[in-house]
Amino acid sequence: MEKLPFERPFIKKVSTGLPAKFGSKKRIEVIPDIEGIPVSHLMADYGSPLFVLSESTIRKTIREARSAFSTRYPKVQFAWSYKTNYLDAVCRIFHQEGSWAEVVSAFEYEKAILNGVPGTRIIFNGPEKSPSILEKAIMNNSLIHIDHFDELYALMELSRKLERKPRVAIRINLDAGIYPQWDRFGFNFENGEAWEAINRILLSGLFDLAGLHTHIGTYITTPSAYRTATAKLASLMVEIQHKYNHTIGYIDVGGGFASKNTLRGSYLQGYDAAPSFDEYADAITSALINSQIKPEHLPLLILETGRALVDDAGSLLTTVSANKRLSNGHRAVIIDAGVNLLFTAFWYDHNVAPTTMNTDNTEETTIYGPLCMNIDVIRPAVILPPVKKGDHLVIQRVGAYNMTQWLQFISMRPSVVLIDINNKPHIIRKAETVETIRQQEQIPEHLQ
Amino acid sequence: MIRLHKNVALSDSGYVFDPATGESYTLNPIGLEIVQMLRQNMTDDEIQGRILDRYQVDASSLERYYMDFIGSLVQFELADNE
Repeated sequence: MEKLPFERPFIKKVSTGLPAKFGSKKRIEVIPDIEGIPVSHLMADYGSPLFVLSESTIRKTIREARSAFSTRYPKVQFAWSYKTNYLDAVCRIFHQEGSWAEVVSAFEYEKAILNGVPGTRIIFNGPEKSPSILEKAIMNNSLIHIDHFDELYALMELSRKLERKPRVAIRINLDAGIYPQWDRFGFNFENGEAWEAINRILLSGLFDLAGLHTHIGTYITTPSAYRTATAKLASLMVEIQHKYNHTIGYIDVGGGFASKNTLRGSYLQGYDAAPSFDEYADAITSALINSQIKPEHLPLLILETGRALVDDAGSLLTTVSANKRLSNGHRAVIIDAGVNLLFTAFWYDHNVAPTTMNTDNTEETTIYGPLCMNIDVIRPAVILPPVKKGDHLVIQRVGAYNMTQWLQFISMRPSVVLIDINNKPHIIRKAETVETIRQQEQIPEHLQ
Repeated sequence: MIRLHKNVALSDSGYVFDPATGESYTLNPIGLEIVQMLRQNMTDDEIQGRILDRYQVDASSLERYYMDFIGSLVQFELADNE
């Protein structure tokens, strides 16, 4: 007689309580493959854990976002936010789709140049830019977004020294009616600091003031905040035109669009809470079109969206290392990927899916990473079937920030694979080895 | 030897009620089989032998998951490890 499939025996305490107001989905999503390639094959070929990115999803998402804006406004330009994911292969997909580069450090600036982005299509943001990289950005005619007065004066000196007019914008922080109000970057709108910067820039005659920039926050689920921010920038643009007869070429509303991940502590699932690209586009473009800007002066609209464009495209494939029962009887599993790889686990309840499910039985489970650190918790509580050692789990929507903020801590970082539009996998970042880490170290002679 | 408490109520569908505490529990099918065998006073070896005969599992893995399951029954005060 053929033996039956085995499922780990378990007993689950029945908890009673009030159901959620909107109900909740009890069905567990099973993810057996990524873009048609079985998860088990990917892990057999490239190891576990493994980051996998879908080129099709990236291209589909940026096209969807571009369509939402360009059907509402005549001049739209996306700039890929390098810090969100600066793996060269990922950046090049966005550049192929027409995105400029938005960088915030000398490292990212150099990466953009090496990716073949013309200097004129690099937006240079950030609060710290060294004189040497500023000089390079000026010579390349890049768009330098000034963050503070010290940077403004440093640029004045470089402008005189190089006898060039840097193309600049100022970053403006403002009250968009949301909390927290980001005020650590740029010049404040409400207290007149932004005007002070504009006056110094235009009166000096040393700059080409090309744009105005703001970035109101991150994971903003309120499109109306963008409407408020854009309207304020538009009013500033009109006043600059009136006072200096100077036409601002672009308005850059930054990024901050929410992805479909669920924030920890959020009542609604991210899928329901995150506004669509259409909702953001409607708020931003209507603020521009309804402003007092003359039609012939309508500026180029630049968007630096990162998270919402790449989060969905990334998955982290992991293997269950062990099962545990905690002191209160609660079930826990240990997987081979920790918060050192999945930095976003600190603020998201990532969806975790099994690759197979032959049972209707589920149990609430805590998912721990492999680090010998108490903070290494991927999900404090998630409903899973009774998984066994060696089973695979897929963590969804990990494309943003994890492959840049990950830490080489306790263990090394795994390979990253891109599945192209023909469903063919390619390694785009090799797994680190002990030698990768050691080659940066030097041992003094007396310790050899 | 594991002894299931005599007053624990068990349904054929795997629903467990403990009148001593008022708590109720659910078992998955293999968990239910094991509890039914415990109720028949079968020993650990007999139970594991029966599971090994019926399911696609090796002895080492089964022992780990069996002991873990028994630990849960003891922890929920549904059974005693005598």
